[in-house]
Amino acid sequence: MLHICSVEDVPQGEGLRITQVSPPIAVFRTDDDAFFAVDDTCTHQDASLADGWLEDCWVECPLHASKFDLRTGQVDEPPAKRPVRTHEVVVTDGEVWVTLSTEAPNLPPGVEVGA
Amino acid sequence: MGARIRTVIIIGASLAGHSSARALRRSGFDGDIVVVGDELKRPYDRPPLSKDFLAGRTTEADLALEGDEEDLRVEWVLGTRAVALDPGTTTVTLSDGRWITGDAVIVATGSSARRLPTSLSGVHTLRTIDDAVALRDDMKPGARLCVIGAGFVGAEIASTARGLGMDVTVVEAADTPLAGPLGALLGNAVAGLHARHGVPLHCGTPVERLLGTERVTGVELADGRQLPADVVVAGIGAVPAVGWLADTGLDVTRGLLCNQVGATAAANVFGVGDCSAWFDPARGHHHRVEHWTDSRDRPRITVDALLNGYDPAAPATLGAPYFWSDQYGVRLQFAGRRVGDETVTFEAGSVDDADLLAVYWRHGKPVAVLGMDQPKQFGRWRRGLSHDLHGAAA
Repeated sequence: MLHICSVEDVPQGEGLRITQVSPPIAVFRTDDDAFFAVDDTCTHQDASLADGWLEDCWVECPLHASKFDLRTGQVDEPPAKRPVRTHEVVVTDGEVWVTLSTEAPNLPPGVEVGA
Repeated sequence: MGARIRTVIIIGASLAGHSSARALRRSGFDGDIVVVGDELKRPYDRPPLSKDFLAGRTTEADLALEGDEEDLRVEWVLGTRAVALDPGTTTVTLSDGRWITGDAVIVATGSSARRLPTSLSGVHTLRTIDDAVALRDDMKPGARLCVIGAGFVGAEIASTARGLGMDVTVVEAADTPLAGPLGALLGNAVAGLHARHGVPLHCGTPVERLLGTERVTGVELADGRQLPADVVVAGIGAVPAVGWLADTGLDVTRGLLCNQVGATAAANVFGVGDCSAWFDPARGHHHRVEHWTDSRDRPRITVDALLNGYDPAAPATLGAPYFWSDQYGVRLQFAGRRVGDETVTFEAGSVDDADLLAVYWRHGKPVAVLGMDQPKQFGRWRRGLSHDLHGAAA
């Protein structure tokens, strides 16, 4: 597990882009104080999901408005077609820990790990 | 709506047609869906055609709108145009002479790029994958490209071509580019990206004629100036593809006239996407929208009306139209409705740094927003936009 941030680093209803890992991830804190982590880059095109709009357990890509289910990574509608990779989150004593997925990330065309 | 709907015919196999089929299946519709498309391709995404696809950064497979495991149980009739519609019997005649009858018809024929009247080679428009492949083959580093029209498609092509090392010039007949969608102030601000990336922009002078005998060699403007060019692209707008409906008795003067759920004057005939002019309750009149997101989202409304009926008198609000454009590495986003006399405020960033967030206000309410590389703030403003254009009490 990686220590990613503290709970207070992520305002309710917002996302935080974490660049200390590659590819970068986004940590979201819902209005109900649930925490989720997914790859930050939309699977359709190079956009930061942490900049997106969070509603319930879904984040809408800030550019082209595909929505991803933060629990499963599934996408609802085009233009994105592939799910975003999800990571396991544990919150302990106000600190956010993430276990990175070992699956291959679904990065958009033209975006590579470490780029 | 009367009789049960068993077969739905969708004319048009692009985004609005695909979204209509998706919406039908997601609504539990278990009948037959026939989708007719004039191109020999399954639904694909057009916005990248002027950007990543033109630049060679994405493939045709990347453009597919259908997900890998998506099966909408559609009968695809591709490479065939619809040439006539009988609204009374919801029967469609196809270009190969066949006809098909359904219980409802959704018209999603989109729009066609306006073309310059010329037989010269080296002159392009951009609407389809085939158009993009043909243009890309002509886009050689160092070659001279003249883009006619400084709208969004023209600007994106200019930007992509510049990135490929072409020598690019843009000509625009209007005095101010993008004044229609953005207003003069911000139209000029956005069009300033051209000059800052080494692309001259000539405004206020229409094109008189194209030069050359077999292949284009340049463009002559109305004031006599001649701009040499190896390749010319016309980005001069699109017209709704509704000519095939001329004999239906339906109003197609400004696109297929539809109400606020996409229903036409004929029972069980609907219109979605670029070809349709829906009644927009916020504007108080019909308004044709050519934006990707509206073509994706509005078919849901139409399918609900088609399957479950609707109350024409029920209050309705259409979401704020939204579009984006990528030019010279800058993400442009616009949402909302402009009438033309809004007050503009700059809420963040600046034109010079190409990170502006500008808001259009009417009667003290934000009605539209433009962002340059401001996706997060843009998203928040977009959701707070007012649909009240006329100063009504809240």
